Amino acid sequence: MNYLLLIYADETARESSSEAEAEAMFAAYRSFTEGIAESGALRAGDALESVAMATTVRVRGADVVVTDGPFAETKEQLGGYYLVECADLDAAIEIAARIPGASYGSIEIRPIMSPP
Amino acid sequence: MEDAGATVERVFREQSGLVLAGLIRTLHDFDLAEEAFQDALVVALEHWPVHGPPENAAAWITTTARRKAIDRLRRETRRDEKHQAAQALLDGFELDRAALDGGALEDGEQEDETMIADERLRLVFTCCHPALETPAQVALTLRTLGGLTTGEAARAFLVPEATMAQRLVRAKRKIRLAGIPYRVPPDAQLAARLHAVLRVLYLVFNEGYLATDGDDLVRVELCDDAIHLVTLVCDLMPAEPEPLGLRALMLFHHARRATRVAGDGSVVLLEDQDRARWDSAMINEASDLLEQALRGGRHGPFVLQAAIVGLHARAPAADATDWPMIVALYNQLIQVEPSPVAELNLAVAVAMVDGPEAGLVIIERLRAAGALDNYSYLHSARAELLRRLGRRDDAAAAYRAALGLVTICTRASSRAPFMPIGSVMPS
Repeated sequence: MNYLLLIYADETARESSSEAEAEAMFAAYRSFTEGIAESGALRAGDALESVAMATTVRVRGADVVVTDGPFAETKEQLGGYYLVECADLDAAIEIAARIPGASYGSIEIRPIMSPP
Repeated sequence: MEDAGATVERVFREQSGLVLAGLIRTLHDFDLAEEAFQDALVVALEHWPVHGPPENAAAWITTTARRKAIDRLRRETRRDEKHQAAQALLDGFELDRAALDGGALEDGEQEDETMIADERLRLVFTCCHPALETPAQVALTLRTLGGLTTGEAARAFLVPEATMAQRLVRAKRKIRLAGIPYRVPPDAQLAARLHAVLRVLYLVFNEGYLATDGDDLVRVELCDDAIHLVTLVCDLMPAEPEPLGLRALMLFHHARRATRVAGDGSVVLLEDQDRARWDSAMINEASDLLEQALRGGRHGPFVLQAAIVGLHARAPAADATDWPMIVALYNQLIQVEPSPVAELNLAVAVAMVDGPEAGLVIIERLRAAGALDNYSYLHSARAELLRRLGRRDDAAAAYRAALGLVTICTRASSRAPFMPIGSVMPS
């Protein structure tokens, strides 16, 4: 099965971290990413720019409404994702628990919808 | 000799949990398993009156249900050729079927006891997966392993049948779409999953102990199922005190089953039960288990509840019960797992130690919080304490409130998930 692992955390923490902290975090993510790439589970994965860079688009009737910012203001923001392929939810939980962000933020696991 | 219809009915009652567990495991689909099971019962109703019921009815039903499942999958696959998951299952089944066709259908399969046991344990862990909400975990376990109908499960949890049906549908859908596996979790996850499983097994036991339906107040097979499953968990995790505690708790209750119901079908209160007829061998077994669990260090909610019920079960007479110790244990229990039902039981124990007034204070606090408004034992316990205080009118009103709940919800169903223990309550 394919699962999208959405990494939510307070992004102000990331922005205010020291250079050494940022490097350590980068190293932790690199090591995690290499690990799941080697295991064959990794399909895709990226970090996202902060929600300050977000643009939200809605089409209402004939109007394309474009606004600055994320679709919802939340305490924790979507900061990155992994798309993984694994046997079942337990395997996805096991991978999600190893994402560095899981230890200070939250990982939402969403199964990718299979074709009907 | 019972007729074929009665045999089908009996197999459904006694074996549905076992048969469904096996079917769900091989089919990886709750709905398909249930539909195939129903199909097989229909075939049995047509077949058995003509040919006579088979010797091993459960195996016959299982084999027939598997064939029906294959038929259903075939139809499904033909409709949608891209349905690869179904095809993969079907491929697996062809092997299964070839093996089945080798043997005579009526003989059924000689299922290995241990394998069946493992299947049920696996299914319990699936039903109690933390990705499902607790009510769904309980509902699924009762429905699939306990063999309860949706209506019975609904009455056990004081919700409308439509709500329970929806809960089951949603849970089964999540298992399928989120990919919740069918297996006992690996060691690293086992401990965390354990508490949910134990809670659910206790609820299954309670469902049997205070059955909401059927002719017997005690539906023994559900209790036996729960005890059997918790024994399996004990074997699987011998170092864990909580499964031992739960097993002791169940056995302490079960040892008194013969004395809980009078000849006219009414409930006999704990204090009025004939202690000579309690199963002393079972009480001794439970005591040994409890001792073993208490050596485990940290005392979890099931070990504490077992310790409480053990004090009742081992008291030579009702008035020789160690109530001060029971009060202390309830206070510990409320600390590790706060619940209004535990507080109600604390109130009863406090009343035994410090008098009815002291117990009533706790009950009035619970009433003010409103958590147990629909719980008949809250009202009957309150009535009993008011009566002891000589407040006859208030007591009568409280008795009426308790009785009203009992009549509306049927005999024994107006209860919260955790069984009350105490002298004024039926246990």
